[in-house]
Amino acid sequence: MQNKVYHRIEQITGSVIVVHADDVINGELAYVDSAHGTSLAQVIRLENENVYLQVFAGGRGIGTDAHVRFLGKTMQVPFSENLLGRVFTGSGAPRDNGPVITENMIDIGGPSVNPAKRIIPRNMVRTGIPMIDVFNTLVESQKLPIFSVAGEPYNELLAQIALQAEVDIIILGGMGLKHDDYLFFRDKLDESGALSRSVMFVHTASDPTVECLLVPDIALAVAEKYALEDKRVLVLLTDMTNFADSMKEVAITMEQIPSNRGYPGDLYSQLAARYEKAVDFEGSGSITILAVTTMPGDDVTHPVPDNTGYITEGQFYLKNGRIEPFGSLSRLKQQVNDKTREDHRTIMDTMIQLYASFKETLEKQSMGFRMSDWDTKLLQYGERFENEMMDITVNLPLENALDAGWKILADCFEPAETGIASKLTDKFWPKA
Amino acid sequence: MSENIGKIIGVNGNLLKVEFENPVIQNEVAYACVGDLKLKAEVIRIRGNSAELQVFEDTVGVKVGDPVEFSGDLLSVELGPGLLTQIFDGLQNPLPALAEECGFFLQRGTYLKPLPRDSKWVYTPVLNVGDTVVAGDTIGTIPEGMFDHHVMVPFKLRGKWTVEKVTPAGEYTVEEVVAVLKDDKGNTVDATIMQIWPVKMPIECYAERLRPTESMATKLRTIDTFFPVAKGGTFCVPGPFGAGKTVLQQIMSRNAEVDIVIIAACGERAGEVVETLREFPELTDPRTGKSLMDRTIIICNTSSMPVAAREASVYTGVTLAEYYRQMGLDVLLLADSTSRWAQALREMSGRLEEIPGEEAFPAYLESVIASFYERGGVVRLNNGTQGSVTIGGTVSPAGGNFEEPVTQATLKVVGAFHGLSRSRSDARRYPAIDPLESWSKYPSVVDEENVANARKLLLAGSEVGQMMKVVGEEGTSIDDFVIYLKSEYVDATYLQQNAFDETDASCSIERQEYVFGKLVKLLNTQMKFESQDDARSFFQKLAQTCKDWNVTAHNSDEFKQTEEQMIKMLAEVSDYAE
Repeated sequence: MQNKVYHRIEQITGSVIVVHADDVINGELAYVDSAHGTSLAQVIRLENENVYLQVFAGGRGIGTDAHVRFLGKTMQVPFSENLLGRVFTGSGAPRDNGPVITENMIDIGGPSVNPAKRIIPRNMVRTGIPMIDVFNTLVESQKLPIFSVAGEPYNELLAQIALQAEVDIIILGGMGLKHDDYLFFRDKLDESGALSRSVMFVHTASDPTVECLLVPDIALAVAEKYALEDKRVLVLLTDMTNFADSMKEVAITMEQIPSNRGYPGDLYSQLAARYEKAVDFEGSGSITILAVTTMPGDDVTHPVPDNTGYITEGQFYLKNGRIEPFGSLSRLKQQVNDKTREDHRTIMDTMIQLYASFKETLEKQSMGFRMSDWDTKLLQYGERFENEMMDITVNLPLENALDAGWKILADCFEPAETGIASKLTDKFWPKA
Repeated sequence: MSENIGKIIGVNGNLLKVEFENPVIQNEVAYACVGDLKLKAEVIRIRGNSAELQVFEDTVGVKVGDPVEFSGDLLSVELGPGLLTQIFDGLQNPLPALAEECGFFLQRGTYLKPLPRDSKWVYTPVLNVGDTVVAGDTIGTIPEGMFDHHVMVPFKLRGKWTVEKVTPAGEYTVEEVVAVLKDDKGNTVDATIMQIWPVKMPIECYAERLRPTESMATKLRTIDTFFPVAKGGTFCVPGPFGAGKTVLQQIMSRNAEVDIVIIAACGERAGEVVETLREFPELTDPRTGKSLMDRTIIICNTSSMPVAAREASVYTGVTLAEYYRQMGLDVLLLADSTSRWAQALREMSGRLEEIPGEEAFPAYLESVIASFYERGGVVRLNNGTQGSVTIGGTVSPAGGNFEEPVTQATLKVVGAFHGLSRSRSDARRYPAIDPLESWSKYPSVVDEENVANARKLLLAGSEVGQMMKVVGEEGTSIDDFVIYLKSEYVDATYLQQNAFDETDASCSIERQEYVFGKLVKLLNTQMKFESQDDARSFFQKLAQTCKDWNVTAHNSDEFKQTEEQMIKMLAEVSDYAE
């Protein structure tokens, strides 16, 4: 029954072809050979003798006499030490010039973790970026997207976090990446020597749409295996909006009824199935997911960022090259930021409250209202906070960032004006 | 297992098309056989000799021609002692037991018995031979944690039955027969400790449904005073992401003054369930001094678990709630989030190629939501005692816009609306329940007229605040400014509550009555200030003191001292002596 070949294509719509075949299982892989090359395809629907296949390379160039060869297995990806340092496409083929790996094949899109086996996250991931470490701490096993718009340096931020984070393995899932961005990631990892502990699955904007859909599943399946081998894995997914758009494209081709702005009704479930792979295995490793979600038109109510926000444990807003303190949120930070340093939470709260007051003062200033002494102090503070804390090029370990915070406060205010309890100011307020 | 076997003729996502020969029942459970695995499914449409089934699992590997076993039973749950403290998935699989069997991952096709078959329960009969009973009457009792678990006459029996035989007191497993019943036609039925009930049918073994009037204390001031929930009532909590829906539900599940809390985590983050799962056993219930877990059941079908079981999970939850209500207990069901369940309906409707309604939700969305919330209520049981099921559901509207179909359909059928706003949560004003938009049809724990006045003041204050953004403080009269400050004061010291402070986090009804009385007095006090800055600094100081007051134990010395201090402060600015 394996390797049976079918010669007659009944229907071709977009990347979906239909053949008459029997004994085919749902999700099975097949090779489609036509005059313009060979591509993998996957069974996505069965209806009597009709078998619907999604062709990874797309429908273009497929003749009605193309050969379809079923492989008798579902989508798999190799897993071994040899993956490290390598770059693959969305369908798992080598993108670098290295050899094809076929050992130890594992299934992708496996079952979800039993909630009864999950544990409360407890370890901070240090990134060296004050806006993250101090104000919205990243926690091991967290799933967190960066909400941004095209043109913002989100990939640079992602690379910077990846390089500085204390993790064992980095897995990059690139979806619809510009070729330049792909090279940027590769070079950046190479320069810092992190390439040898990285695996990249990259789908570039010019690759077939269907391969984009496979990237998160492949990346996360590999990540899961590493995590079960006691490794702390950081998965970078950029850009999840492209993933959602590919899903939309395929759903529309399949004549599914769209729900919101053309996206399929199961957008939430599809995104959740990927993000929920983030986990801390008790007695073993962990998966932390950092993703990029670009917001078309800077609109957070767009279905992709909106659904993402409901799934993930917070979000970072990257705007004008800075991580915005308002709107950015790490839902897990309170699990860890009481164990770092006693002034951590106070600095976090106080500096944000004062920054909020600064924003109000800015508004007042622009309306032409009178500026009081207090307003002048706030204006000075706000500017320093933006330059010395918010800028993503600032790179300080958490403790130094907290000290820098005290310094800014001391330069702008009297201790009492900050509203910080005297127990802390006595200890931490810099002496003149 | 029945011998009714069908054959798969189509697979589309988790929808199977199955050809059958013998009769099948709409909504009956069937198992698709894939190799050694049996995947649970439910019949959702029948056309000619083909039935469409939604599978509660991933369908990878299924092929045309695979057999399907029809079970003849509707999707059901097991009811009996041992449900409390359990963690189930949407189909009532016990997750901890599953973890022992399968490890870290949920293996598809593995189904375990919800109630352990080997544990023995201490049973005491209350019926005698010759008694006449109807469905829902108590046959005997079993201590389950701090409750007397009632073993009841099977709910499915109709008419009057005579007790033929009773089992004496002793230790039994859930499958053992405790009574034999006979009707006037001579049919006999063996009643076991455990019974089975289809989840989509309400249990209706009671004398009458009553109007919910008694308040269910949540110890949240905003809710109990301004937007109360009655025992047996229904409420919904819509809000954009990050506004604190889940945290609010967690607080309610801890504080609510009910006997049993059932948490149905439906399509949300697994991490949040884990917090409850791991923390509840450590926390003590102030009412009973026992662990909070002792009164809790968790139904957990998180977002990455199979979509079709998501719909089942809210029904499983409400059926368990009704079961405990039948014992005369007050039960609170918290469903988080009903939007995910509605989305599951939408996914299925799309696969069935039904004509879509608004935002592609099925046209029957409203009636499905309505009939779910209608399963809440307070009832008088046949033995005269009362029991209630209170239902609270969160809604996650797309884009935080309440105009979407799920929010609107829910608002039509609930008795209280706690709308969370992004602007309040951004300003860290928790709980982020919007005091201007929310409403409740249930009676408040304090005087209604005072509540109405306080709400008027909040509205007036917000209008002044809006105006001030345009004309500045300079252009606002001192009287208006004081109204604004008073409304901000109500917000800061009464509506907002510090969930991290043990005392402030749970404010008893007694304390709410007392504090609200004081607040009303303050609001009615005419005050005189030299300047706006004076007024502001007065209210800032007063608010600070009142916040200190909120964290002192009720009626402690410190509580009284702080109150004295506030009265003095107030006297200094009053236009007349109090």
